[in-house]
Amino acid sequence: MTLRLYVPRDAGAEAVGAVDVAVALAAAADRRGLDIEIVRTGSRGLYWLEPMVEAETADGRIGFGPVTPVDADGILDAVVGGDGHALALGPVEAIPWLKRQTRLTFARCGIVDPRSIGDYGRHGGWKGLARTLALGPEETIEAVVHSGLRGRGGAGFPTGIKWRTVAGASAPQKYVVCNADEGDSGTFADRMIMEGDPFTLIEGMIIAGIAVGATKGYVYIRSEYPHAIVALEAAIAAARDAGYLGMGVAGSSHIFDMEVRVGAGAYVCGEETSLLESLEGRRGVVRAKPPLPAHKGLFGRPTVINNVISLATVPAILADGAERYRDLGMGRSRGTMPIQLAGNVMRGGLFETAFGVTLGEIVDDIGGGTFTGRPVRAVQVGGPLGAYFPRALFDTPFDYESFAARDGLIGHGGVVVFDDSVDMAKQARFAMEFCAIESCGKCTPCRIGSTRGVETIDRIVRGERRDEEIEVLSDLCNTLKFGSLCALGGFTPYPVMSALTHFPEDFGAAPGRLVAAE
Amino acid sequence: MPAFLPWSAERAAEIIASEAGREGALLPILHALQAAFGYVDRAAEPLIADALNLTRAEVHGVVTFYHDFRSEPAGKRVLRLCRAEACQAAGGDALIDHVEQRLGTSIGSTAPGGMVTLEAVYCLGLCATAPSAMLDGRVVGRLDVAGVDALLDEVER
Repeated sequence: MTLRLYVPRDAGAEAVGAVDVAVALAAAADRRGLDIEIVRTGSRGLYWLEPMVEAETADGRIGFGPVTPVDADGILDAVVGGDGHALALGPVEAIPWLKRQTRLTFARCGIVDPRSIGDYGRHGGWKGLARTLALGPEETIEAVVHSGLRGRGGAGFPTGIKWRTVAGASAPQKYVVCNADEGDSGTFADRMIMEGDPFTLIEGMIIAGIAVGATKGYVYIRSEYPHAIVALEAAIAAARDAGYLGMGVAGSSHIFDMEVRVGAGAYVCGEETSLLESLEGRRGVVRAKPPLPAHKGLFGRPTVINNVISLATVPAILADGAERYRDLGMGRSRGTMPIQLAGNVMRGGLFETAFGVTLGEIVDDIGGGTFTGRPVRAVQVGGPLGAYFPRALFDTPFDYESFAARDGLIGHGGVVVFDDSVDMAKQARFAMEFCAIESCGKCTPCRIGSTRGVETIDRIVRGERRDEEIEVLSDLCNTLKFGSLCALGGFTPYPVMSALTHFPEDFGAAPGRLVAAE
Repeated sequence: MPAFLPWSAERAAEIIASEAGREGALLPILHALQAAFGYVDRAAEPLIADALNLTRAEVHGVVTFYHDFRSEPAGKRVLRLCRAEACQAAGGDALIDHVEQRLGTSIGSTAPGGMVTLEAVYCLGLCATAPSAMLDGRVVGRLDVAGVDALLDEVER
């Protein structure tokens, strides 16, 4: 009987040697005449255990990790002979870190073969599309509205409302655009799903197209994600061959096709109007709103533009019912969020869970603190435009409103952990520097304010007229926040002001007054 | 190691013609040119402008807006080191200093002899296996001094 092994082809796993591990396993099996099949899956998201190898057994899949090529023989002994192994993790589904999660969007990621459309169908794929075809466009949109799903790119706008607006617009051509320009440091959920379960994004795009009456979709993927580009292009070709894309989607009368477009290294193109400009072949310069993309989007046509995770969650909402999704979460943040733990963290990876878990649970309990073993001093939540939170704010529940109430944001769900060696004035300076590098240049607060911000922070750190310059920096941040056209200039004050407010001693000012929450 | 064609206006015109019919063709054209030649030669700009009915200024504006498009050939290898926050938290800045010192060049330039071009990248999405880098198309994570030294040894071979 063929022994089936699973080795991720996810970029994060390959970056730490998954290809070499797969080669070593194949060679070890060959030497002993063992008949094996190696399935290259996505990642389960337990990155501290990557490369993680799984083996199919009578009792389900068992795991080993982190595996290096020299472990190949020992792992085969353990799987075939039942020997113990130092890297054995036992049944994968029972690993507490995975078991504690509520995996809806990422239900198949790391389990299925992302190159196999058959595998997708066997693991519950296409059920959401079937439901949409049965319900029709209007009821599909109402289901998405009812689910409470909000834009997972960071803005948190209700997805169903956006769809309703596009559906209500009349035009000879409408578009569905997927924003896969996942530029926020500390985030990799889009990359993981595109590499590990690309058909779920395709299914979500098709459902969106049918719901709003769009026949063409684009996925704008950043060029820094070559693995995701290959994975999604392969999946699109397979879906087209199988009749899910093109004329008569899945045997219906609907038409929908889609293609991948590759970005070119501009962070600002993650902003939706800048992305549309880029797709049209122009400089990624932000557009003033209104008009909203829902009315005048790509090529001036009504356009649904959603983040990867928003679209990839839609099939599960349709398949399992909006109620089930809505019942999870807290307040106005419904459903689940793939939280991404990164930076200096013991157990980094993707943790999908209902909204409401506190930041402290995420960092200390789930993440296990820092891998350097030093105390956690600051956590940046929501990417380069997100605030730095000190331990004193670790009681903040992970949801849109709770973070906003504390002058932060959850953004796309990235959590970057820093230990006590971090210099927060340097981090604040970097936020301004990054804004200056990536500014599209259209609005003055962002284009010029970011450079003035770097200079001002330099003067504060040198101790030149410190109190006055701190006033200038606060004032400048106010101008950026309220005077910028988009979130790049508008949100850069979050990391800067949070660093200054919570860690004033790093700027040479008097220490802050917040005490640690227990 | 990627192999690129020497600049050829004829080949460029063929590439432009093969992509020009798409909606929003400019970025796909620029990517295709850079994939073929390793950079976007200034001489391509009027060819693209003609094909897409744009001004040369518009094309030049797009080429120069995006960090990815190079105006001259890179070194034999391209090493992109992540400078973003998750990699900073994991000690990435010190590794970048180390690489710059060993190569005697700084981020954004090519080492003497054209062996390698060093570039900053702001996130490769490998934030849970930081610090990370990309050597040509290959991703590498959990880098330390020994890890980047191994990459540089490979580059220098």
